[in-house]
Amino acid sequence: MPQTAETAVPHARPAAALRPAPRGRKRDTVPALVMLTPWLLGVTLLTALPMVASLVLSFTNYDLLSLPRFIGTANYQRLLSDPRYIQSLEVTTTYVLVSVPLSVTVALLIAVSLSSTSRSANLYRGIYYLPSLLGGSVAIGVLWRQLFGGQGLLNSVLGLFGVAGTSWIGDPRYSLGTLIILHIWQFGAPMVIFLAGARQIPKETIEASIIDGANPVQRFFRLTLPLLSPLILFNLVMQTITAFQAFVPAYVVSDGSGGPIDSTLFYTLYLYIEGFRNFHMGYAMAMAWVLLVIIAVFTALAFWSSRFWVHYEN
Amino acid sequence: MHPAKPNRLPATLLRHAILIALAILMSYPLLWMISSSFKPEHVIFSEPGLLPDPFTLTNYIAGWTKLGLPFAAFMLNSVIICVLCILGNLFSCTLAAYAFARLEFPFSKAAFAIMLLTIMLPFHVTVLPQYIMFQKLGAVNTIIPLVLPKFFAVDAFFVFLLVQFIRGIPRDLDQAAEIDGTNKYQTFWYIIFPLCRPALVIVAIFTFLWTWNDFFGQLIYLTQTQNYTASLALNLFIDATSGESAWGMLFAMSVVTLTPIFVLFVLFQRQLADGIATTGLKG
Repeated sequence: MPQTAETAVPHARPAAALRPAPRGRKRDTVPALVMLTPWLLGVTLLTALPMVASLVLSFTNYDLLSLPRFIGTANYQRLLSDPRYIQSLEVTTTYVLVSVPLSVTVALLIAVSLSSTSRSANLYRGIYYLPSLLGGSVAIGVLWRQLFGGQGLLNSVLGLFGVAGTSWIGDPRYSLGTLIILHIWQFGAPMVIFLAGARQIPKETIEASIIDGANPVQRFFRLTLPLLSPLILFNLVMQTITAFQAFVPAYVVSDGSGGPIDSTLFYTLYLYIEGFRNFHMGYAMAMAWVLLVIIAVFTALAFWSSRFWVHYEN
Repeated sequence: MHPAKPNRLPATLLRHAILIALAILMSYPLLWMISSSFKPEHVIFSEPGLLPDPFTLTNYIAGWTKLGLPFAAFMLNSVIICVLCILGNLFSCTLAAYAFARLEFPFSKAAFAIMLLTIMLPFHVTVLPQYIMFQKLGAVNTIIPLVLPKFFAVDAFFVFLLVQFIRGIPRDLDQAAEIDGTNKYQTFWYIIFPLCRPALVIVAIFTFLWTWNDFFGQLIYLTQTQNYTASLALNLFIDATSGESAWGMLFAMSVVTLTPIFVLFVLFQRQLADGIATTGLKG
């Protein structure tokens, strides 16, 4: 908005007077078209066209080798009765609903406590932030397999206290929990965003609240939380979108199977198995479109609910 | 005011104690993995300590050639893909961002809105048809499907980041140049592009990180071992060592694949944190 205002209002600078008289509203259509060519090609050929193609093919039976065969809504109906699909939906929803609020909460609390320790904050910030750069890699999946394995680090530490652990990765009751811990371990990314926001809260505002006699807890709930609420919304939405698409940890921890007994069968892992191992392309595309709808609904809900809890300054 | 002062010290100490405990808890597994990669296999299970004693390089030496090809070959494949992706993003995203931030053209608002929407789009909706397309073109098992899209600004995050950055550059600079007779292309190339350097560094770093850590795309497109990237090789390593106890080697090669990220983190810690903070990128 401010940018359009700037272009519309002629600047009363001497420089402006030197410019040739404007012929109506000057447009840059040709250079814009030239410079947008890569993006235009990308958005049409690599995004829009594939989206349409996957929507159309989701109503077909397609195995890459023979021609796609139109089967109506059979793929979507099959989703409702496919126990593995239902399982993947449950696993992923649990993963998202537990790990996203937890990691955003941890990120917020740590950021707020770091924002008042200016000298050492950068050191802490670095240590907390590093895992979010590494977390998506296969190497960390390897580490997690060992950490929570039967003979892993966790159990040898528990052994020091005389507690006999189990194979956390191999037990369907705990396997998803280890992946949730992996997600929370990466709270550094949202934390850095909160930290930047917390540092923009004017010092005078904080000092005024101290003079008014607010204790730290009151300050957090009455001042910091409302001021950071737009960033909470932002982090919740972004984390939800990425968590729904989590793939690598489940793949590495379960050897690409989603096991034990489908307890780590993430949505995208099942999509990968159906699409690229079983070559049920039409079915996998139906799954992809349902995922798009799920993410859109969650995002829309978050934005709709924001009017009740997000504080926007006028 | 008066009682507040003596109370502050214990509270500060407590806060630091918690922060330090958390820092140790979070980094211990990483440090332990690095340390264990220098331990003999039989010590890894029994030894939660961080000092590798006895110290050995066997894991690295044995792991390096375990897959038939030296691990350096897989690292090189990853580096090639990363460099090309960085070039692609720098080229295509800056051009698009300049047009969105500075040029007036029909439907610019609609185009910008579409660009923003594609940031939120889960890539699974497009990846299957893209795979079919590249398969029909005979490009599966090459790096083309992984690299080519980057030259068409598909990473809309970066377009948005650069748009925000360019909007922060004073327009007087463009106008002064255009009074001197530069056209839009020259303004972009001689004025805006050089001034974008800090943002370009962020784009390059994050492109590297995401490409280096990528697994899904590489998994579906690269199927021959000699084309494998570091991620794929490490995954193959898990299969190749299943049945035997080879955590030492597995850790050693994991550390090898993480080394570029550690280096990047040490060199660009500030840009990484600031980049994510100003633009809200995911980590």
